[in-house]
Amino acid sequence: MHFFRWTRGKGRGISTDTLGESLFQWFSTLIALGVVGVLVLIAIVLFFEAEASIRAFGWSFLGGTVWNPQPPLLFGALPFVYGTLVTSALALLLGVPISLGIAIFLSELAPPWIRIPLTYVVELLAAVPSVVYGLWGIFVLAPVMRTAIEPVIQGTFGFLPLFQGTPIGLDKFSAGVILAIMIIPTISSVSREAFLAVPDSQREAALSLGATRWETTRVAVLRYARAGIFGAVILGLGRAVGETMAVTMTIGNKNVISVSLFDQGQTIASWIANNFTEAETPLELSAFIELGLVLMLMSLIINIFARLMVARVLRQGEGAA
Amino acid sequence: MATKIRVESLSAWYGEKLAIQGITMEIEDHMVTAVIGPSGCGKSTLIRCLNRMHETIPKASVEGKVLLEGEDIYASSAVSVRRRIGMVFQKANPFPTMSIYDNVAAGLRLNGVRNRDELDKAVLESLKQAALWDEVKDSLDKSGASLSGGQQQRLCIARALAVKPEVLLMDEPCSALDPIATAKIEDLIFDLKKDFALVVVTHNMQQAARVSETTAFMYLGKLIEVNNTRELFERPREALTESYITGRFG
Amino acid sequence: MKVAFDRDTRRHWIDLAMSIAALACVVIAIIPLGSILIEASLRGLQSLSPALLTSTTGQGGIGNAIQGTLILILLSALVSLPVGILTGIYLAEFGKNRLGAGVRFFVEVMTQVPSMVVGIFIYSLVLELGLIGFGSPRLVFSTISGVLALSTIMVPFVARTSEEALRLVPIAVRESSLALGIPRYRTILRVVVPSASSALVTGGLLGIARVAGETAPLLVTAFGNNDWFRGLDQPIESLPHTIYIWATGPYVAQNQAAWGVSLVLVLMMLGLSIVSRVVIRLRSVSR
Repeated sequence: MHFFRWTRGKGRGISTDTLGESLFQWFSTLIALGVVGVLVLIAIVLFFEAEASIRAFGWSFLGGTVWNPQPPLLFGALPFVYGTLVTSALALLLGVPISLGIAIFLSELAPPWIRIPLTYVVELLAAVPSVVYGLWGIFVLAPVMRTAIEPVIQGTFGFLPLFQGTPIGLDKFSAGVILAIMIIPTISSVSREAFLAVPDSQREAALSLGATRWETTRVAVLRYARAGIFGAVILGLGRAVGETMAVTMTIGNKNVISVSLFDQGQTIASWIANNFTEAETPLELSAFIELGLVLMLMSLIINIFARLMVARVLRQGEGAA
Repeated sequence: MATKIRVESLSAWYGEKLAIQGITMEIEDHMVTAVIGPSGCGKSTLIRCLNRMHETIPKASVEGKVLLEGEDIYASSAVSVRRRIGMVFQKANPFPTMSIYDNVAAGLRLNGVRNRDELDKAVLESLKQAALWDEVKDSLDKSGASLSGGQQQRLCIARALAVKPEVLLMDEPCSALDPIATAKIEDLIFDLKKDFALVVVTHNMQQAARVSETTAFMYLGKLIEVNNTRELFERPREALTESYITGRFG
Repeated sequence: MKVAFDRDTRRHWIDLAMSIAALACVVIAIIPLGSILIEASLRGLQSLSPALLTSTTGQGGIGNAIQGTLILILLSALVSLPVGILTGIYLAEFGKNRLGAGVRFFVEVMTQVPSMVVGIFIYSLVLELGLIGFGSPRLVFSTISGVLALSTIMVPFVARTSEEALRLVPIAVRESSLALGIPRYRTILRVVVPSASSALVTGGLLGIARVAGETAPLLVTAFGNNDWFRGLDQPIESLPHTIYIWATGPYVAQNQAAWGVSLVLVLMMLGLSIVSRVVIRLRSVSR
C-alpha cells in the first residue's frame, strides 16, 4: 500500500512530495498533537494548582473527613470519595442487569422489525442532558422515592443499617438510581456490540445440542462475550463516577459519611459543582482542584482499563476459534 | 434394516427463495446415508431440516413431513428434536471459553445432569467413541480451542454424542481438514454406525463411496436419485447422476 | 435415551421467563424516558409564553439564556469543528502508524474526562494566564472561558466522529483520485472530505447538541448573567444553567418554569438532530 507511506530515500519510488503535501500533513499532525497536548496541559495545570494542597495535606487528604474553610484550614476528601463510590456502586448494581437484559433482548430475542426503533429509543436516554435528569429527579423521582419506594424497602429490609433513617427522597439512593438510568445506554450498547461479535456458529453449536434460546444465550453468547461485557460495565462505571448535575441535584448535598442509602451524601463532582465558586482562600481553591485531580485520575484509570478490555475482545472476535 | 427417519415431500424456503423441493427418502438405522451434489444443490438445507436447524434462519420456512420413527418432528418441540438428532458442522465450533471436559459435558449439563460421576462417565465414553480420549485424557481442563482442527472436530463429535442422540447428522465434517484427520473421521463414521443412523453431507464423491451404504444425489434442490451406494456409482439410473459422478459438472 | 418430560417443560418455562425478563428490562429503561418527555411537555408547555422567551432571567424570562446558549455553542463550534475535523483527517489519513495509534488513544481518553474537571481546568488556566499578563484574572467568569471549556469537550468528540466518517469513504475513491495525478492533500480536501461531508456534518451537529446541554463546566466558567449578552469578557447565561438555578431555587413558580426551559433546550437539541438528518437527505438526493 505504498500510496499511504512516504517513499524514503532507498526505494525506487517516485517522490510524491510537493510543498503542499508536506505542509498539509504537518499541519494536521500538529493540530492532532496539539489536541493531545491539551490533555497533557490539563494534567499539568491541575497538578500545578493542586500543589499547595498536596503539600499541605499529603496522603491524609484522601482520608480526611473535615472540610473547614475557616482557620485552621483543613480539607479532606473522604466524604466525597465515599459518596462517589457508593452512588456509582449502586448505579452498577441496578444498571448492569437491566442493561444486559436490554442487550440480550435487542441482540438475541427481538424480531428484526423492532430492533432498530428500540435501539434508537434506548439511545435517546443518552441524549437527555444531565441537568434535565436532575430536574426530573427532584420533582418526579424523589417524591415517588419518598412516599412509595423507600418506605416499602424500609418495611421489608429496614433491619439492615443500609436502609435506615427517615426517607427524604433526595438521598444517595435516588442519586444512585438516576445514575443507573444514565449509564444504561452506555453499558447496553457496548454489550450489544460484544454479542454481535459472537459468531453464529457458537449459537448453532448450542442449539444443535437441544438448548433453549435462553440456554443458548447463556452458554454460547454470554460466556463468549464476557470480556466485552466486563469492559462495558467498567465503561459505565467511568461515566457514573464523572456525572455531575443529576447527582448534585438529587443527592442531598451533605458532607456526611453514613451507611444508610436513605441518608444525604456528596460526591466529588457534586461538591465541586456546589462550592467551587465559594472557595474563600487560595488553599481551599487548591484543595478543590486536588479533588478534581482525584476525580480525573479515577475516571482515567477506569476508562483506560475498560478500553483495553473492549479492544481485546474485539480483536479476539476477529481471530475467533 | 429399520427406517429411522422418513422424509416425505419436504420443501424448504429461505424467504421467497425455494431451496429444496419435494424430497422423499428414507434414512436407515445403523447405516450411513451420504448426500452428494454440486454446490448450492440444497444438501446442507436438507439435513438442517432434519434437526430443525433450518428454522433458526430468519424468514425460513418448511413444508412436508419429517418422521422420526413415525413421529412428525415438526409436531414436537425443536429442543427435544435436536436432542434426539445431533449435528456436527462443517467448521468445528467448540466453545472456546470452556475446557475439553466442559465442552463434552455441555449438552448433558443443559439437560440437568449434575452428578459428577455421571458426567465423568459420559465424557469418558463420548471421547472414546469419538476416538479422542487417548489424545486428551491428560488435558481435559485445557481450552476446547487449544486443539488442532481435526481434534476440534472430533471434540464436537464427542459433544454431540454425549447426549446420546439416535441420529447423527454431519454437514461436510471433513471439508476443513487435512487428509490424515479426514481419514480418522471416516474411520470414526464407520464405527459409529453400530449405534446410530448417520447422514453425511459431502462434496467428495470418493468419501461418499468409502463410508456410506446409501447415497442420495441432489441437484438444484431436487432429489435426483437415491440408491445403494455401489449401485448409484456403478450403475446410475439418471443421466444427471452419471454426468455428476463422471465429473462432467459440479 | 429420552429426557424426562417434566425436565423439558421446566426448561421451557425458564426460557419463557427469561424472555419476559429481558423485555421487562427494556420497558424499565423506557419508563424514565417517557416520564421525562411527558412531564416536560405537560409541565413545560404550561409555563411557556412569548414573554418568557423575550425577557431576561432577571425579569423572569429566558431570552438571555437562549441567546447565551446560542452564542456559546456557535463560538465553540467555530473553534472546535475545524480543529476536530482536522484531527479526524489526521487520524484517518495519516494516522496508521504508531504515532497515530497513540494520538487516537489519547483522543479517546479525552472524551471521557469529566466535564466538571474540564471546567475547573479552564478556570485555573484562565486565572494563571491572567495573573501573568495574558488577559486578566477577571476572565475566569466570561463567555471566552465558557467557549474554551465547551471546545475542550467538543474537539475530541468531533475528532472521533470525523475519523469514523472519513474511514467510511472507500479506498477506491482515494486511489482513483491519486491515479489521476492529483496530489494527496488535494485528494483529501477536494475528494475525500466532500464525499464524507454528510457524516462529518452529522458528527459536528451531534457534538454541538451535546455541549448545548452541558452545565457543570459552565458553573465555573461562563458563570451566569441576569442580563443580555454584554461582551465576550463578561459572564453569560445559558439554558442548562437556568434550568439548574430555577430547579434548585425556592420559588415554586420557577421550579415549574424549569420544565419549560428544559422543553426549549430539548427542542433545540432535537432541532439540531433533525437538521443533520435533513442535510444527509439533501446530500444523498443531490448525488
